[in-house]
Amino acid sequence: MPLLSAFLLLLVTFTFASTAAAETVRLAVAANFAGAVEPLTAAFRAETGHDASVSLGSSGKLVAQIRNGAPFDVFLSADQAKPEALAASGEAVADSRFTYAVGALALWSASKDVDVNNAAALRNGDFGKLALANPRLAPYGAAAVDVLKSLGLEDSTRPHWVQGENIGQTYQFVRTGNAALGFVALSQITVDGKRPEGSAWIVPQSLYAPIRQDAILLKRGAQNPAAEAFLTFLASPAARTIIHNFGYTTE
Amino acid sequence: MLTDADLSALWLTLRLATVVTLMLLVIGTPIAWWLARTRSWLRGPVGAVVALPLVLPPTVLGFYLLIALGPNGPVGGLTQALGLGTLAFTFWGLVLASVIYSLPFVVQPLQNAMEAIGERPLEVAATLGAGPWDRFFTVILPLARPGYLTAIVLGFAHTVGEFGVVLMIGGNIPEETRVVSVQIYDHVEALAYGQAHGLSAVMVVLSFAVLLVLYGFRRRAGLWGAGAAPVPEHRS
Repeated sequence: MPLLSAFLLLLVTFTFASTAAAETVRLAVAANFAGAVEPLTAAFRAETGHDASVSLGSSGKLVAQIRNGAPFDVFLSADQAKPEALAASGEAVADSRFTYAVGALALWSASKDVDVNNAAALRNGDFGKLALANPRLAPYGAAAVDVLKSLGLEDSTRPHWVQGENIGQTYQFVRTGNAALGFVALSQITVDGKRPEGSAWIVPQSLYAPIRQDAILLKRGAQNPAAEAFLTFLASPAARTIIHNFGYTTE
Repeated sequence: MLTDADLSALWLTLRLATVVTLMLLVIGTPIAWWLARTRSWLRGPVGAVVALPLVLPPTVLGFYLLIALGPNGPVGGLTQALGLGTLAFTFWGLVLASVIYSLPFVVQPLQNAMEAIGERPLEVAATLGAGPWDRFFTVILPLARPGYLTAIVLGFAHTVGEFGVVLMIGGNIPEETRVVSVQIYDHVEALAYGQAHGLSAVMVVLSFAVLLVLYGFRRRAGLWGAGAAPVPEHRS
């Protein structure tokens, strides 16, 4: 059975071939930061020689995974409350917490023809579905509901709501045209400081509470020099430039 | 213990599974019959297409469905031309997705049962003057009954257990697309483990009861000697 032995050999190779010598930081990253984290880790590798692996998800799911033993070193949350909670329960190092980005919200349509400015399209009610992230789970969803409340449009638009499990899925609903409009993270529709697709209204910060996103060192990463190095890098001017390019501000 | 939202998710799930099972029986019967009888070279390719949802990750189905159902996709273009709007985020969108997703769980038991009947009973019926429809209703249906029961239970149960596809094209709308599996996921993500436990326990009990009925029946079907269909392997 040469085929079977070849297959078994392959299995054995895959099983034992994965351990390399370099230090790796394992990052648990909120979905809205997906775009920025890729160039950040590339720059981090180039600057420090350490490696970084990224796991994306909604902050709530990542916290549940961390609490149940997921092997992450650093947590980049979409809010402040979750890193605070992890620090309070001793699952993260309290004094390592800082705000790495302040997120902005945009009302976006994948079509150029929709007038989204000042929520004009939402006001005249002439649209199909309005996508937003689940406000119970995602800070960007809670911010979207804040905006609708501030505009007095919460009740009139509610029948149009479709909720993404996280902001990444919310973007997907609008991008594929299944929802005509959606509240997405400004970072998702920003490439090098520009907006290449569709039409967008950057929602004024006065209409919702600032989306402060905190990073924190997790218990498991406390012994990992690459984890410490990543947090230092994340606060550096070089990292901030990358973060700004994706439509975030920093403090 | 269960909130109104939980109960409405439960009710929606049962309604979805019932509609999908009925549609699958109507669609699955001719497909299974053709697969059981044909000598065409297309038998292999068609059988493989029917079995695809067994192998494909639900994310692949969900992703393609989201694109296909959108206003620029082929299905979305058709439904818009018919004045139906687009199907994503609607109950009928979930029905369409579930029919595709659960198709092999209905077609395969039916096909196995029909193959087990063999040519002879049909030839005898034909000799006695029974037409094609007559043969179908008086010979095939009764003889394939164990296959039909397996197909109904599996089609229903698999739709109840659906998650990935619904998450991708559902949009989490109460009483429209927020089924039990998505509701449980929401509870877990919101760290509301108490509520997640309540609803999850209901699902465990319900699923166990369904499978108990299925296996209880298959034992009796075996005694009757008719071709009880093997259960396809489950993945989700």
